[in-house]
Amino acid sequence: MPSLRDYRDRIASVKSTRKITSAMKMVAASKLRKAQEQAEASQPYAQSMAEMMARVAGGVVVSDASSPLLVGTGSDQKHLLVIVTADRGLCGGFNGNLVKKARAKIKELQDMGKDISIVCVGRKGRDLLRSDFGKKIEQKFIGITGASKVEFADASQITEYVLERFDAGGFDVCHLVYNEFVSVLTQKPSVQQIIPFALLESEAVEKAPKKDEKTKEGLSSPYDFEPEEEQILNALLPRNIGVQIFRSLLDSSAGEQAARMTAMDNATRNAGEMIDSLTLAYNRARQAYITKELIEIISGAEAV
Amino acid sequence: MSDTIQFELVSPEEKLVSAPVHMAVIPGEEGEFGVLAGHSSLVASLQPGVVALYDEPQGEPRKIFIAGGFADVSAAQCTVLAEEAVLVSDLDQAKIEQKIADLNEDLGIAEEAADKARIEKRLNLFKAKLSAVTGHLVT
Repeated sequence: MPSLRDYRDRIASVKSTRKITSAMKMVAASKLRKAQEQAEASQPYAQSMAEMMARVAGGVVVSDASSPLLVGTGSDQKHLLVIVTADRGLCGGFNGNLVKKARAKIKELQDMGKDISIVCVGRKGRDLLRSDFGKKIEQKFIGITGASKVEFADASQITEYVLERFDAGGFDVCHLVYNEFVSVLTQKPSVQQIIPFALLESEAVEKAPKKDEKTKEGLSSPYDFEPEEEQILNALLPRNIGVQIFRSLLDSSAGEQAARMTAMDNATRNAGEMIDSLTLAYNRARQAYITKELIEIISGAEAV
Repeated sequence: MSDTIQFELVSPEEKLVSAPVHMAVIPGEEGEFGVLAGHSSLVASLQPGVVALYDEPQGEPRKIFIAGGFADVSAAQCTVLAEEAVLVSDLDQAKIEQKIADLNEDLGIAEEAADKARIEKRLNLFKAKLSAVTGHLVT
């Protein structure tokens, strides 16, 4: 039977835990707001880029001279997975779910007999995958998400690495595995192919006609390209990959904060419940102790 | 047809300018071009240089330096996608000159072709910045 002192100590320790989790929750909430603002601010660029891609790619005739970023290398033996996770834990199933998704994808590719290699963005992804796929992890980027702001320059760094590897023939197909920010309560682990470029991105197709409606003249007059479409497309493709990577980082960092906020909210609530039940047990024990003392005193008095 | 065109300048991180202008002069890869309302539809890639925005037919333009990008022009709208954009008045000539000197030094040391190409690219960017500040071409 724990003594009164034990109860007091446990209550104190749970209380301090609650303080920490509630502080973390508030920090996450404010970071989430910032991350969401940033994600919103980056929307116009991503959208204009998608529109432009749709317009240019639509007019280009695929030929042998087309950039391999568009048409692929002609093989799909070597796959690169860019896995975006958080640097820190304590955010519920955020990293775990993503890694599960990544594992499933890796398994699927390996069952098909493909070679895979992995680029980890974020410390947690590397930690969780290292035991099984340690040798496949060829590069890691740490310290990008989780900071107060995701810099486009950081995304460019990843993009440059990926493009360099592609040019060197390091892989044929590149997938981006990241947590899509659906809402504050939901983050959806998703896999997106970024190389070769797939124009089935619903967004690009949907938004392109809308723009034409806005500018009626745009509908009838065909677009001029300067320089040639082909050249513009070749310049656009790497940028577009950069934008997609940047967007996945933004989504992931907003998602991380949202997941942490939810997780810490739960933890704070659980700590509160635990304190209540401990306080109840403490009061019972105290009363039992008082009753016991009273009995001792009374029986002592009777004995006299 | 109105005599202004909606001009938008967006970078990956934010929307920088969104305003109606009389004319925008844009540094296209094959030469500068001006965009007035009613311009034919055009997609162009841009080189590092200065975007000049004229609010009035006669008047001082607002000058913004961009580090290359793309322009998407239609009759009523002109969107410029730039990876980096700064007001020309915010550029610091001394700092840029220092940077150019540093890069020239790096170029002397660099041995691999890939490194050289990368440094040269940065060098050209800063030279374009310097041209933007001083107002005459630096090569």
